[in-house]
Amino acid sequence: MSERVHTVVPAPRREAILSMLKRGERVDGRRADEYREVRVETGVVGNAEGSARVSIGHTKVIAGVKASPGSPFPDAPDKGIQIVYAELIPMASPIFEPGPPDENDVELARVVDRGLRSSSTVKLEELALVPGKHVWRIYIDIYPIDHDGNLIDASGLAAVAALLTSKIPKVSVSSNGSLVMEEERVPLPIGDAPVFVTIAKIGDTLVVDPCYEEELVMDARITFAIDREGNVCAIQKGGRGSFSADEVVKALDLALALAPELRSKLPPFPQ
Amino acid sequence: MGGAEGVKLLDEEGRRLDGRALNELRKCRIEAGVLKNANGSAYIELGRNKILVAVYGPREVHPRHEALPDRMLLRCKYSMLPFSVPDRKNPAPSRREVELSKVIREALEPAIFLEEYPRTTVDVYIEVIEADGSTRVASITAASVALADAGIPMRDLVAGVSVGKIEGKLAIDINGIEDQYGEGDMPIAMMPRLGEITLIQADGRFTRDEVVQALQMAREAIAKLYEEQKRALKEKYSRILEEVEGGEVVR
Repeated sequence: MSERVHTVVPAPRREAILSMLKRGERVDGRRADEYREVRVETGVVGNAEGSARVSIGHTKVIAGVKASPGSPFPDAPDKGIQIVYAELIPMASPIFEPGPPDENDVELARVVDRGLRSSSTVKLEELALVPGKHVWRIYIDIYPIDHDGNLIDASGLAAVAALLTSKIPKVSVSSNGSLVMEEERVPLPIGDAPVFVTIAKIGDTLVVDPCYEEELVMDARITFAIDREGNVCAIQKGGRGSFSADEVVKALDLALALAPELRSKLPPFPQ
Repeated sequence: MGGAEGVKLLDEEGRRLDGRALNELRKCRIEAGVLKNANGSAYIELGRNKILVAVYGPREVHPRHEALPDRMLLRCKYSMLPFSVPDRKNPAPSRREVELSKVIREALEPAIFLEEYPRTTVDVYIEVIEADGSTRVASITAASVALADAGIPMRDLVAGVSVGKIEGKLAIDINGIEDQYGEGDMPIAMMPRLGEITLIQADGRFTRDEVVQALQMAREAIAKLYEEQKRALKEKYSRILEEVEGGEVVR
């Protein structure tokens, strides 16, 4: 309900960051449109159907996919179920507190969920086992383990990389209608896959992929999820500031320009 | 999604199910100062949406450790009443409501002179009484009127509208059915006088050009909502004026 995490940047430091940006310099020496080094590693958890560890600079996120048969939702009896969960665990940053998920955890999970759904990353319509009775439930759990800013992009990348490399058991239905899990595993049915690009507004400057210190002084942020064809499949503005319409379009163009580079870090689509 | 599930959202003449044109808002009526106990309040009807907003504050922060040394703490709670939707909604806050409370708060914050009221809080309580699509933006439109009604100093009001995509075309102010069967939803809120965007979200699929067009369509619709917001606030004060001139005691 309220902002739980208040962290204050000392005024002289804030002024230094702002005046550096006016000269086109960022705290870590990057250009405004420069992304940090991105690493994607998949298959990092043997017990998961799919998993990935992603780093963007010092930010690290681990995501895992688990699948289990379950009942469908009554309003979508012939579709599988996708559930995205994110938890900002205290390990990742002194600003995260233990306890039930707060609005930041929920926002992170829901933004990733929207990007995945809107681009049909998991083809849920192909995940019915016995329509109306049994469908696959696909759980995507996201855990930041080291927070140096831009958790949305890192979480999105980790979730997509984990899904692209997931394998679920082949299932047959026996004569009495019960499910039989086979030894053979098959890839998840994948439609498209988004990459998430976040742009922060600090003073009058737009910078991509904000680090933690930049997030502390930013006015606002905007995230675009971009699919393979360059469509926007999710947008999320956050923060206490605002954007002009021109700034939104400029930020979108920055996101569109960076999307292919981020996409190249993803594992190949199955098959 | 969309036509795939056999729900036709546009007729041959390009009219929507409720007869509207693509750039047409539903009927909107706002009333300011509708509650006695709250410091400020507002009621909005946007089509079949009915939403009440109460504002309490500026007041002391409880729990005290949440107080901010340099600015006001704005708190916001968006909830849908159990009977506001076709299937009863569990009254416990859903993850959707938790997220919407956050983005609505962040849509209102840019308009408020937060730094003028350090160590205080303003609570905004939003109750959706009946829901028919675009409730988050209608809530923002009403909440900024309630904040103004409470006398909170603001740079501008905030008004919002959603731009949907139905049968491949952008449509303003989508209702529940259009949201359910359409191809996308992009809620946008702005400070109308300053032209600043304080909320933008989207799901579905939009091209770059569609995003640009949606921003323009939203701006035009928001200008109309802004007029209704101002009318509601003026009406409240002219009501008080009439009471004063009518010789009644106004406390």
